[in-house]
Amino acid sequence: MLIQKSNDIKSAVITPKEFYLNRRQFMLSASAAALATGAALSGLDWTGGTPEVLAGEKLGNVKKSSFSTAEKQNSFKDITSYNNFYELGTDKEDPATNARYLTTRPWTVSVEGEVRKPKTYDIDALVKLSPLEERVYRMRCVEAWSMVIPWLGFPLSSLIKLAEPTGNAKFIQFVTLLDPKRMPGQKLPIMEWPYVEGLRMDEAMHPLTILSVGLYGEILPAQNGAPIRLVVPWKYGFKSIKSIVKIRFVEKQPPASWNRMQPQEYGFYSNVNPEVDHPRWTQATERRIGEFLRRKTLKFNGYGDQVAQLYSGMDLKKFY
Amino acid sequence: MLPWLKPAVFLACLIPLGQLGYNAYTGNLTANPIEFITRFTGSWALILLLSSLAVTPLRKICGWNALIKYRRMLGLFAFFYAALHFLTYMVLDHFFDFQAIVKDILKRPYVTAGFTSLVLMIPLAITSTASMIRRLGKRWQQLHRLVYFAAAAAVLHFYWLVKADIRRPVQYGLVLAVLLGSRLVFSWAPAIARRFSSQRSAGRATANARASKLSRNSES
Ligand code: HEM
Repeated sequence: MLIQKSNDIKSAVITPKEFYLNRRQFMLSASAAALATGAALSGLDWTGGTPEVLAGEKLGNVKKSSFSTAEKQNSFKDITSYNNFYELGTDKEDPATNARYLTTRPWTVSVEGEVRKPKTYDIDALVKLSPLEERVYRMRCVEAWSMVIPWLGFPLSSLIKLAEPTGNAKFIQFVTLLDPKRMPGQKLPIMEWPYVEGLRMDEAMHPLTILSVGLYGEILPAQNGAPIRLVVPWKYGFKSIKSIVKIRFVEKQPPASWNRMQPQEYGFYSNVNPEVDHPRWTQATERRIGEFLRRKTLKFNGYGDQVAQLYSGMDLKKFY
Repeated sequence: MLPWLKPAVFLACLIPLGQLGYNAYTGNLTANPIEFITRFTGSWALILLLSSLAVTPLRKICGWNALIKYRRMLGLFAFFYAALHFLTYMVLDHFFDFQAIVKDILKRPYVTAGFTSLVLMIPLAITSTASMIRRLGKRWQQLHRLVYFAAAAAVLHFYWLVKADIRRPVQYGLVLAVLLGSRLVFSWAPAIARRFSSQRSAGRATANARASKLSRNSES
């Protein structure tokens, strides 16, 4: 299988934070100010900033993986400047702007619940737990856009095996950090904080499911869910919870944030499925970031061969 | 009224378009330019629509009748940005996939509301010429009440399309509520409107203290 090399990474451009503002809000207010004063053309030179990205530390010793796609990868800039991460703001450009708030050291991840070996891992130990692999995956957002992202990480299953789940462990619950100082978006009551997600045990054990700690050869930028996040490529992006502090093994299906808030719109499973429309967006097509024409969305985001059997016998229109 | 003000307002209404063009030229339309253009033009359509609705209450409060000259211009610019918004959706987003577009309009409440708003604005734009105003007479005013529904549908459109952060659509909704509410107040109690304007002329005629604080505020 042809695997694209990712050594054409441009080192991150650093713009002083003060010069970078949320572009859309800013354009609106710049225009508004200009309109109000009648001072034509003022404010035009304000919009040229590049998103600030924390220059990442390189992660060495990364294995390639046969699970990777050979499709054209989205640029580092696109992946790190267009994010849904409400903890750092609700506009797509906000997380890159607010990335500096999210300090990721010290950081621990507690593995607990129905396991024989509960343990609180320091993030630096967790990263060394298992050899890192590059996984170039398609990422399909529920908002009908998609990207191809070269993640670095390791299979979630390797952590699960170390924890030794008991027979009662049927699901895994994941919890994001709760800290409005480091996650200023949590000051807004737009959803119940902290963000939570869940997987069925077999989904969590699936070899495609990874915990990611980096992308494009560098440690994960804050706006992408640093220091550690889940990546489940056959599900809509919101299932891949970011900035995890707790992994809890449970017997019953745990709550998942969007599902809890709007159960008619977001199911617990949320497998990418062009046949099940979301009330707001068509799921039949998607726009790959960087392309003009929409593409047809693939069932299970194109990972059906590997994962369809997890759901055999289930009515996916009902368990969406 | 200042003679240069009208062209100045006209040019000011083109600033957002210029800004969009400039950002396109410099490659600053975010990772998802089509979404950005859609949202940018949609926002300006709504802002200008609400601005056009602000003319009448402002005129009643300040007694500055010449403001009426700007109402049509603001309304037409709102329509202009709404048309760009729809064209972005039709050409850039769906590339003339009319089947998908019709399905969207019928099936998704937020698109239905946006479409309703746009359709309601069409007869208003067509009948905005001086000769149409003359021809339609009293019916012109009745017809142009549609703008209230167009604005309400646009706010609803915005409210229904956000996933969780409803702050901006709610802000626009509040502005609309104040603008429509002021019309109710003025029509239920014409005396209030008269008081506003008489106080204002009193304040202007005699610089003395008979003018209330309110009228002074409205002048400044
Ligand atoms: C057929 C008519 C219309 C269609 C198909 C349409 C479609 C859309 C779409 C696809 C979005 C972006 C949704 C997203 O990014 O998730 C949007 C946003 C928006 N539209 Fe429309 N729209 C229509 C008419 C209108 C009209 C007439 C107005 C105002 C007068 C308007 C105001 C807005 C606003 C304010 C937004 C949100 C902008 C933001 O997120 O900042 N739309 N519309």
